[in-house]
Parts: sequence; structure tokens; C-alpha cells
Amino acid sequence: MTRPFLEVQGLGKTYPSPQGPPLTVFRDVNLHIQKGEFVCIIGHSGCGKSTILNVLAGLDTATTGAVIMDGQEVAGPSLDRGVVFQNYSLLPWLSALKNVTFAVKARWPRWSRDKVAEHSYKYLEMVGLTGGAEHRKPHQLSGGMRQRVSIARAFAIQPKLLLLDEPFGALDALTRGVIQEELLRVWSGTNQTVFMITHDVDEAILLADRILLMTNGPEARVAEAVSIDIPRPRQRTSIIHDPNYYAIRNHLVEFLATRSKELAGTANPDGDDATPQVVQFPTQGFPRPVTPAAATKAPIGAPTSSAKG
Amino acid sequence: MTLPLRVRALILSGIFLALTLGLWELSHKAPAAAGEMTEYEMLMGAASEEAAVPPPSKIIAHAWAELSNPFYDAGPNDKGIGIQIGYSLQRVLIGYLAAAAVAIPVGFLIGMSPLMYRALDPFIQVLKPISPLAWMPLALFVIQDSEASAIFVIFICSIWPMLINTAFGVAGVRKDWINVARTHELGHLRTAVIVILPAAAPTILTGMRISIGIAWLVIVAAEMLVGGTGIGYYVWNEWNNLDLTSVIFSILLIGVVGMLLDMALARVQRLVSYAD
Ligand SMILES: Nc1ncnc2c1ncn2[C@@H]1O[C@H](COP(=O)(O)OP(=O)(O)O)[C@@H](O)[C@H]1O
Ligand SMILES: [Mg+2]
Repeated sequence: MTRPFLEVQGLGKTYPSPQGPPLTVFRDVNLHIQKGEFVCIIGHSGCGKSTILNVLAGLDTATTGAVIMDGQEVAGPSLDRGVVFQNYSLLPWLSALKNVTFAVKARWPRWSRDKVAEHSYKYLEMVGLTGGAEHRKPHQLSGGMRQRVSIARAFAIQPKLLLLDEPFGALDALTRGVIQEELLRVWSGTNQTVFMITHDVDEAILLADRILLMTNGPEARVAEAVSIDIPRPRQRTSIIHDPNYYAIRNHLVEFLATRSKELAGTANPDGDDATPQVVQFPTQGFPRPVTPAAATKAPIGAPTSSAKG
Repeated sequence: MTLPLRVRALILSGIFLALTLGLWELSHKAPAAAGEMTEYEMLMGAASEEAAVPPPSKIIAHAWAELSNPFYDAGPNDKGIGIQIGYSLQRVLIGYLAAAAVAIPVGFLIGMSPLMYRALDPFIQVLKPISPLAWMPLALFVIQDSEASAIFVIFICSIWPMLINTAFGVAGVRKDWINVARTHELGHLRTAVIVILPAAAPTILTGMRISIGIAWLVIVAAEMLVGGTGIGYYVWNEWNNLDLTSVIFSILLIGVVGMLLDMALARVQRLVSYAD
């Protein structure tokens, strides 16, 4: 059996609190991510998504569990894992170009100045940031352009794993749509593994191979992994015509609206060491309760109807 | 038609200046013409006239004469104003740069390490409020050299604002920028140079501006104490000569030089400031 590219085993984060019991933000997070996979994670604010991402990045440490990438345990930040935050990924005193070149220099310290510049330009070009804009400082760029620079930099250093924390969360809807497709275009030319946090259901369906759904915190967990089998290349305008699109979308919305709350604090029915349950569309007839009502009312093994004499 | 604010302010400044100088000039002439001379005044004659506050016209004429030949040197008690200012500037710059060379690295250390911050904080809190001139006797005794003692006093008075602002600026660098450095595997030194220094530079420069202002305030007093050369000594010396024209002229010059020092650092500050 080959090991997955990225393994997350039994990850949990607990904060001690001065008064009262310690606060467990999430626990028993088990994930397998394959090379080249684009994974999105959705969950309500505060359930611990950013914490998980920071642990993957090596910027934060988990209380329990481990992250293994390419057979090695993650024990600190590394150029093998690129990170794009919602804000402040760029250094405001450097031009867009310099924000990329400093990273490229850090990645390949022995490259010549020309090679660094050429490589940086190539990636800025991919996100359409050339023709003078590359010499501007971040505050002279629009929010969308800033995130384009962040994305160009993240791809330019060619990390094994790209971590995106709500990268488009601060953008207006129109800009977000454009830049999502740009991200898809840049990504499709690579075999880049991406782990991305989003709170936008449509964004997740457009981008992801798999969407992880988190229950509400505290004691949050990843409850489901929804496979998105809509063929690529995908476009915002065409994916809505996919026969499964609305079924997927409804499933996600319904999870966020009701089940994320109902499942809060519950354990994985497959066991604490198990990966989240897989959901596929069209649904392949596994015994999954369709309505929350059924989930709470039908104990395992109970007869579906009982005749009382 | 309304002029730009800058121009209107300039015109108003000109009017204030003209009014002040005009009133000053008139108030000087008036009593001499009106009152009769007392016996004492008649006795004192020329001396009392020299001791009176001179009119602006006299000061401007004096300034013209001094500034057209600022670097003459006719013995220890008669040097051009440029030479005196030069001595003061030299002391200020040596003391100030030495202070920067200590304050900025130590400020970095304090800013980056909460342990060091706590460990050094009591010392800073006690040393900071000491008037720089209070160090003078100790400096004179230990260093045994008035020149070096003056420089030491400049050093000790410039160090605190730079130290505190550097520590504050470094400690306040946004966590996300530090994370950018960490995810790019920048070492300690490169993190300091590529991320922390530029991020904290505006705050550090604010400290440097405060320091140069204090240093320039203190040098005048220090030179009055140690004597010999410098603009502070010059002011004191002219006072002893009862040459109030020179005293007022040098007071104004001290102000102008202080302003130029501040403007120079303000320019550097603009260079390193960034919008976030
Ligand atoms: N230092 C801390 N002490 C206690 N709780 C914390 C601390 N830092 C974060 N948390 C909690 O961890 C939870 C997860 O935060 P985060 O990972 O940012 O969530 P998300 O990104 O999903 O919105 C939040 O509910 C927050 O209150
Ligand atoms: Mg978050």
C-alpha cells in the first residue's frame, strides 16, 4: 500500500483556560490528501480551520496527532509548504515584483539575479500582473491584484503543498469570480497539491476535487469528505449545468445550515481513527441518513416499524 | 480666487514676522526718544546702551556680518559662528551615532525577546528620567576629558528614545509578516534585515528624530558647562561680554540648525515609511 502524499493523524488542538475546563477546538482530524489534489475545507467561523492550516504549515503546533508529508513529519515552517493568508501575505514596503523575488531568492539562493527576475516575471505574468503594475507597492494595488501577487509568489516557489486561508474572503464577488478562474488556470498547468479554506460553497465546488466539511466547534471534527467529480476544465458558467451541481450544492448548504450544528461534539461513527465519511454524487446508495430527522430518530438495528399489539 | 492653503499660510507667516519685528523695532526706539536719561544712565553711558535688548535691524546686520565670514579663527575667544556650530554638530553627531549603534541593536534584542524586555525594563525606567546633565560630574571624573564628557552626555540623552522606539517597533511587527519570513525559511539575520527592520523602520526613525532633538537641546547646556568651543559656549561667552546682539543671533541660529536636523531625519523617515 502506498502512503498518501499528506497524512493527518488524530490532530487535535486544546487550549488551557484559566478558569474552567480546557477548551478543545477540534479533535480526531484524520485526513489523507493525494499528490496534485485540490482540497477545500468549509466550516463555520471558529471551528478551527485556520488552526489546522497553520499546523499543516508548521506555523502552529497541535496538541495531539501528527502531520506527515511525503513520509516526513511536519515540524516547522518550510519552503515546501507555501501559505497565502487572507490579508497581509505581502510585505507592504516591497513592490509586487520584490515581494515575489525575495521568495524566489529564498527558494533558490544560488540563482543569478537575472534568473530570479525571469522566474518571478513568469509567474506574475500568469496572474496578469505586468506592464508596470509589478513595480507598485501593495497599497497601490486593488485587493484582487494583491491576492494575485500572493498567489503568483506561492506558485513561484513551487511548494509541495500550497495552503490558502480564505484567500478571496476580502474580495468583492465579481473580482472573486475572475480570480478563482485564474487560480484554476494557474493550478491546472501544475501538479500542485492545494489545501484551501473557504466559506464560499460555490467557490469550493468550482475549485475542489474534494470538499471537507467541519462540524461546529468546540470539539469540531471533519465530518464528511464530499467528492466533486465534475469534469475539468471547469468554468463558473458551465459547472452549474452539471447534473450533480445542485445536489452537491444543496448538500453543502444543508450541512452548513443544520447538520454542522447537530453533529457538533459528536464522535466519528466509524471510530476516532477513521477518515471522514466519503460522500459522492450521484449518491451511491450507502446507508446515509438523508434528513437530520432520520438521523436522530432511527437507532441502529431498530425496526423501521413496530406493530404494537 | 482662493490661493492654496500653503501659500496663504506662508503669507500669514510673513505678516506675523513683519508685525513682530516691527513692534520690536519700534518698542526699542520709543523709550530712548521719550524719557529723560537718569543720572545712572548718563553715568553708564555706552555700556547701558549695549546691555539693552538690541533692535532686529541690529541683529540682522550682525547676522549678515557673521554669516558672510562664518569660518574665521582669531584665537580661542574669537571664532566664526560656523566653526562654533561645527564643533557642536560634531559632538552631537558622534554622541548620537554612538547612541544609535547601541540603542538600535539592543532595542532589537528587547523587542524580539520578552525575557530581555522584562529583564532590562527596570534599568531603562530608572536611567531614562535622569537629566543628561546630571551625568556630567560623573563623566568628567571618570573620563577626565571635557570634550569626551560632552559627547558622553549627548550619547546618554539620545539613547533612550531610540532604544524604546526600536523595542516598541520591533515588538509590534505584524505576526503575519513574521510568518511570511518563517514560511520562506529566512534565518534570524535575514528575517531581521528583510522583514523586521523595514517593518519597524518608521517607529525607529520617530525615536531617532526625538533623540536628535534632545541631543541638540542638551549640547547647548553641556557646552555652557564644559566651555572652550561650540555654540553653547559661544552663547555663554557673548553673555559674559554683554553682547546681546550676538546672543540673540546665536539663539536664532540654534533654532535653525535644530530645525534642519529634524528636517533631514523627517526626510529619511518619509523614505522608509510605508502604507499598510
Ligand atoms: N490562544 C487561544 N486561546 C484560546 N482559544 C483560542 C486561541 N487561539 C484561538 N482560539 C480559538 O480557536 C478557535 C479556532 O480558531 P480558527 O482556527 O481561527 O478558526 P476558523 O479559522 O475556523 O475561523 C476559535 O474559536 C478561537 O476562539
Ligand atoms: Mg480562519
